[in-house]
This record gives sequence, structure tokens and C-alpha cells, in this order.
Amino acid sequence: MRISFKLNGRHVEADVEPNELLINVLRERFGLTSVKYGCGIGECGACTVLVDGRPVLSCLTLAVDVNGREVTTVEGLDREGGLTPIQRALMEEGGIQCGYCTPGFVMVGEYLYRKNRRYSEEEIRSLIRGNLCRCTGYVNIVKAFKKALG
Amino acid sequence: MKPSILNSLNTHILPRFEYFEPKSLGEALELLDKLGPEARILAGGTDLLVKMKTGALRPRYLINIKRISGLRYIRVEEGYLRIGALTTWNDLEESPETALFPALLDAVKQMGGLQIRVMATIAGNLCNASPAADSAPPLLVYDAEVVLASVKGVRVVRLEEFFTGPGRTVMRENEMLVEVKVPLRKGSSAFVKLARTSMDLAIASAAVYAEFEGDVVRDVKIALGSVAPRPLRARRAETAVRGLRIGDPSLMDALQVVKEEVSPITDVRSTAWYRREVSKVLVHDALVKSFERAGGVRA
Repeated sequence: MRISFKLNGRHVEADVEPNELLINVLRERFGLTSVKYGCGIGECGACTVLVDGRPVLSCLTLAVDVNGREVTTVEGLDREGGLTPIQRALMEEGGIQCGYCTPGFVMVGEYLYRKNRRYSEEEIRSLIRGNLCRCTGYVNIVKAFKKALG
Repeated sequence: MKPSILNSLNTHILPRFEYFEPKSLGEALELLDKLGPEARILAGGTDLLVKMKTGALRPRYLINIKRISGLRYIRVEEGYLRIGALTTWNDLEESPETALFPALLDAVKQMGGLQIRVMATIAGNLCNASPAADSAPPLLVYDAEVVLASVKGVRVVRLEEFFTGPGRTVMRENEMLVEVKVPLRKGSSAFVKLARTSMDLAIASAAVYAEFEGDVVRDVKIALGSVAPRPLRARRAETAVRGLRIGDPSLMDALQVVKEEVSPITDVRSTAWYRREVSKVLVHDALVKSFERAGGVRA
């Protein structure tokens, strides 16, 4: 099936099988390797991308489902080469250990940032519960989120 | 053999299926009627695709209903909250109408992570018919109904009669759940969920709808999750607590009946013994929470 969609601001097309997952199309066809395969069953959030501005799990999304939609990955976030507020805060607070979960956190953070409101620490902890960091570096991740969104 | 994550096939690849993307409800129902038991409806996909990856389900046909317009709505009409087939948990979370149903809002806030709430639908949660479905206990105490459509027409089923067992419902092979209808009520309500983390499935959960006269429980409805083969309306417990006072020690004694009403199993999340013991405590907590929400102060 031929699909066309907006990927990181650019119009793209691809021929995909109905059973192809969005994560595999993003990584293998478009080389967007920021999108990480963690658990594959919707527990860890490492594969989070924005579809029409909302955070979804690309490991549980059929590629055909983004036909006509807008997909954003970490690669599409750079603002004229600069970092986003969430990315900068994660760096400054050391909210990164092995880095595997980081793109998922960045995408959730971006979604929250675009809502243009402030969040309490309790809200932040609740909103990132769908993202697992197996280095267990949550303290600094929460600090970074508070810095960018608090 | 019961499939689990431990004997999963390959979570990177989804088995093949024939794919359909109907543009209207009529087209979807005709497909469902024609393709029969080997077809599955895809909405949020957070249960279905996981089951396909782990090998628990292998549908030959997939009918993706997400391109059908007019199935995603939250409306208050004629004394009902009406929830469309494609309405997500996040839609409910962001909708002011949900505040009219505090037990449902409790469940929405505690269900899964943000991404799951953005993707998953309420209708899908019900159709998946897990005894642990977070939407079920609140909807049961509100006496919700589900609207089932097929090429033959539409029928309305009370949610209490909808579930028949784990993963099983009264839905016929050619039927699709198109709407959840929740009657507006004047009483108070609450939902309490016990889980290791809120990302996790419930060890046990309880929802209560109640009307109080002072601190006396008058009309009351109680439902439990994860403690029976299906989400359970606990009618004996309702009878037992009616007329009792919040804060009265006899309330917990009366709730002993919950232990007899539930029929839990032992699994990775909890033992049957613990589920049985904790059920009555959760019902008690939900009852007190709804009392406090009604403006009541415990003596």
C-alpha cells in the first residue's frame, strides 16, 4: 500500500505492507534511528514519536495508519540547529545515562512543552510513567523536566 | 497453552493479515458480516497488536475503523454521557464532561501511561474484556449500556450483561461496539485501584456509586475488577451496606460478604488469597472516598 505523510516537516511517500510497523518504516526506510525499539509491547515508551502532535508508540502503530498524517521524531526537532528546551534541560541536569530511553522522553517532553502550560513535579512524574529508564536515572530526568516545564 | 510475554514470538514483526480500511460504519459492518470470526476490528491497537505479536491472536483479516469519521465523540445528551467507538482515554481525560463521572475520571487518570491513553479507546478496553479492564468497574456502577451494531441493526446491552468471561462478551461475530452510554446520576462515586505501579494492571480494583443521607448509605452500587472471571457487580455487598453509617465499625463487618462474592485467581500479580482479603478494603475505601466527595465528614 502506498502511503504519503509529512515526516519531520517534509512530504514523503513509501510503499508499505499492511503488517509493517511504523517504527520499522521510520528506522529502516528513513534512517531515523532515534526511534528506539525497547519492549515492543507498549510498556517502555522508547519508540515514542508524535503523530499529529500527540505522543504515540510507533511499535504498536501500523505504518498505514500514518497515511495523510504528520509524524515527528527527535530528528525533526532541531530548531535551526539548536536544541529544544527539553533537550537542553536533559543535558544540563545530566538526565541521560545510557541514552536508550532518551528519545522517548524527549518526545513526551516536547508534547508537554507545546501545550504551553506549567506542570507540578507530581504531574510530571505521572506523565512520564509510560517511559522507562532502566539505568533508573529518574531523579535527573525529573529535574530536567521540572526545569523545562515547571 | 496460555501465551505470555515469556514465550512471545517476535515483537518486532507482526504476522501477516489481509487489511481493510472502511470509510463508513456501514462498510465496516458489511466487511465484518462477510469475513466472520477470522476478522478483528482495529481501533487503538494497544491490546490487539500486542496479542498478535505474542501469538495470542492471529486474525486473518484486520478491519481498521480509524478512518471512519463520526465515531470519536463525547456528548451529554438526553440524560446520558455518550462515548463513541473511537474515543480515547486521553479524549476523556481532556473533556470537561468526564468530571460528571468522578469514578470514571479516577480510572482514566490511573490507566496506563500517557502514550497508551492517547492511543487506546474506551470501547476497545471493554471489547478486550479483561477482568482487569479499568473502565469496567466505574461504568458498571453507573449502569452503563453498550450499543452493538451489525448489518442486521442495532441492539443495546447493559454492561453488566456484556461480559461473559475473560476475553469474552455477548457480542456476536458480526457485531461492533459503536457507543457507550452512561446515564447521568446525582449521587457520588469513586474508583480505587491497587497495582504495583499505575502502569501495571490492577491487582484488584473497586468502584462505588452511592447516595447518602447524612452519613447513612442509601442507594449504592459496587463493582470490582481483577477478582473474578469478569468485571463483577457485587450485589450482595450492595445489600449488606445499604442503610449503614460511614465510620461505623459494622460497615467493614458487613463488607465481609465481598470475600464470598469474589472468585479470584492466583497469577503473577497477586495471590487469590490476597485479592479476596483486599477486595473488601478497596470497596470500603471507595465508599469512604465517595462519601467525602459528597461533602461528608467522617465521624
